[in-house]
Amino acid sequence: MNHRGTRVLRLDALARVEGEAALHLRVEGDTVVETRLRIYEPPRFFEAFLTGRGHTEPPDITARICGICPVAYQMSACQAIENASGVTVDGPLAELRRLLYCGEWIESHTLHIYLLHAPDFLGRADVVELARDQRAAVERGLRLKQAGNAIVQQLGGRPIHPVNVRIGGFYRTPSPDELRPLAERLRQARDDALETVRWVAAFDFPDAVCDHDLFALRHPGRYAVDIGTPVVMAAADHGRAPHPIPLTDFEQHVREEQVPHSTALTATLDGRRYLTGPLARYAINGQWLHPVAAEVAGEAGLGDPATGAICDNPFRSIVVRAIEVVQAVEEALRIIDGYEPPPRPAVDVPPRRGVGVGATEAPRGLLYHRYALTEDGTLTEARIVPPTAQNQTAIEEDVRRAVQARLDRPGPAADDEELTRLCERAIRNHDPCISCSAHFLDVTVERS
Amino acid sequence: MVIGVGNPLRGDDGVGPAAVEAMRGRVPDGTVLAVSDGEPARMLDLWRGADTVVVVEALRARPSRPGELHTLTAADAAARTAGTASTHALGLGECLALAEALDQLPPSLVVHAMEVADVELGARLSEAVRSALPGLVDRVAASVRQAYERNHER
Repeated sequence: MNHRGTRVLRLDALARVEGEAALHLRVEGDTVVETRLRIYEPPRFFEAFLTGRGHTEPPDITARICGICPVAYQMSACQAIENASGVTVDGPLAELRRLLYCGEWIESHTLHIYLLHAPDFLGRADVVELARDQRAAVERGLRLKQAGNAIVQQLGGRPIHPVNVRIGGFYRTPSPDELRPLAERLRQARDDALETVRWVAAFDFPDAVCDHDLFALRHPGRYAVDIGTPVVMAAADHGRAPHPIPLTDFEQHVREEQVPHSTALTATLDGRRYLTGPLARYAINGQWLHPVAAEVAGEAGLGDPATGAICDNPFRSIVVRAIEVVQAVEEALRIIDGYEPPPRPAVDVPPRRGVGVGATEAPRGLLYHRYALTEDGTLTEARIVPPTAQNQTAIEEDVRRAVQARLDRPGPAADDEELTRLCERAIRNHDPCISCSAHFLDVTVERS
Repeated sequence: MVIGVGNPLRGDDGVGPAAVEAMRGRVPDGTVLAVSDGEPARMLDLWRGADTVVVVEALRARPSRPGELHTLTAADAAARTAGTASTHALGLGECLALAEALDQLPPSLVVHAMEVADVELGARLSEAVRSALPGLVDRVAASVRQAYERNHER
C-alpha cells in the first residue's frame, strides 16, 4: 500500500451512510444539563426530489432512502398513493406484501442484534471480535439474516432496493413452487430465531427505565407490521388501552420542528416526548403475538404481554427485537403455507387529484408518508416522517439519564471515552437510522 | 465474480456499480457481475462458492487525490476499517475481517478501489472520478482475465 507520506486511507461505508450523528453533551459540575443529538437524514432531500414526479414513482425512489429498510419506505409510499387514488389492496397481494415486510424485519433486526448490538453486552469492540470467540453465534446470526434476505430477494426481485414492488402490488407474483424453498429455509430460521431470544435474554442488562409515551400502529387481532391505526399509550397509562389518532390527523398531533443543531426535525406528539419502535409495538401489540413468540417472550422474562406486561428498559429492546424476529418468521411461514396466487400481480391505481397518507411499522418504528397529487398523477407535495426523527427527543432523554446515572455513581469519575461508549450504547438501543458501526459517534463533552 | 460495492445515489460512491456496469459484455462466460451495498451478510452470501472475487469500491483518503487507483489484498482491506466513521452499515474492511474470522473469505479476492471526492446525496460522479473510470475498469478486466486463464490452465 503506498502511503506516500502520512495520508490516511479509509475503506469505509461513509458513502453508504444513511445519516451521520454527533452528540453534544454539556455537564455542569456533576449534572448533565444538555444532550443534543445532531443527525443528518436524507428524507428532506427525497421530499424535494419527489415533487414533480409521477404517482407511480415513490416506491422506487423512496426505497433508496435507506439501504436497511427499503421495503418499509416502499410499503408506506404504496399505501399513501393508493389512499390518494381511493384503491385498497387486499387478499393475496396484501399477504405477499406482509411476507416481504417480514423478510425485512428479519434482516434488519438480525443485523442489529448480532452485528451491532450484541457486542455491547458481551464486552467486545465489534462483531469481528465477537466472531473470533463466539463463532457459532455469529454464524447463526448471519444464517438467520440470510433467510430474511432470501424473502426480500424472492419477492423484491433483487437483494437491494427491491424492484418488483409497484403501486397496486407487484410486477410479478411468485408461484407456490417458488415459495416452497423459502418455507424450508424459514423452518431452519425458526430454530435460529428461538435460539437468538435465549441467547440475548441471558445478557447482563444495565438498569434503566424509559417513561416515554409509546406510539405504534394497532390492528386488533394481528401484530402490526403493514397495516393499522396509529395509537398512543401515554406514559402514565402503560399497560392500559391506548387512544387512536386517525392517520389523516397525524400531522396535527406529530409536530416536527427544525432544531438548530440538526438537519433532522425533532418530533413531539401532542407536545410530549414519545417513542416508536419495538418497545412501543410490543406494549401495544404484544397480546397478538404468535403463540410461539409469546411463549418465548415469557421464557425471556418479559412477562405476559396478554396481561399488559410491557418492557420499559431500553437496553432490553434487544430481547424485544429477537421476539419480533420469531414473530416475523412465524408470520412468513403462515403466509407461505396459505398462499394462493392472486389473479393479477397488481390492481390498477389510476391517478386522481387528492391527498393520500400511509403508515407502516418499519423495523425502527412508525414510518409516515403523505403525497398530494394532481389529476394526472403529478406529485405536488411529499412528506415523509421517519421513525428516527420521531425518536430523537426520547433518545436524547435516554442518553441524559444514562450519563447522569453514571455521574451519580460513587467511585472514580468517568472520562470522556467512557461517557462516549455509554452514549453510543444508549443510542444504539433504539437502532436509529444513523451510524451503527461499532464506534460511530462524535461526542463533545463540555464540562464546567 | 465481480462485485461493485456502493450507492449510485451518493455521488462518487457509485463508482463501484458504475465500473460493473461498464464491464457488461466485456467478461468471459461464467463471470458473475453483481452490485451490492456491501452489507456483510449479503456479501458473504453473494460470494459463497465463488473461487475468485474482484471487489470494486470507493475509497476515501486524507488528503484526497480523487481518481487515484489502489489495488488491495483482502488483508490490506481488512486492516482499513472505518474506525470512527458513522454509518448505518459496516464497511468493506469490517466485512472482510468478519469473513476472515469465520473462514468465509473466497480462495482469491482482490479489491480495486478508487479515491473519491464527493459523496453528496443525489450528486453524479465527479469529473475526477469519471475520467479515471476507464483505468479502474481496465484493472478489473485484467483481474477477471487472469482468473479466467488460471482456471483454464487447471
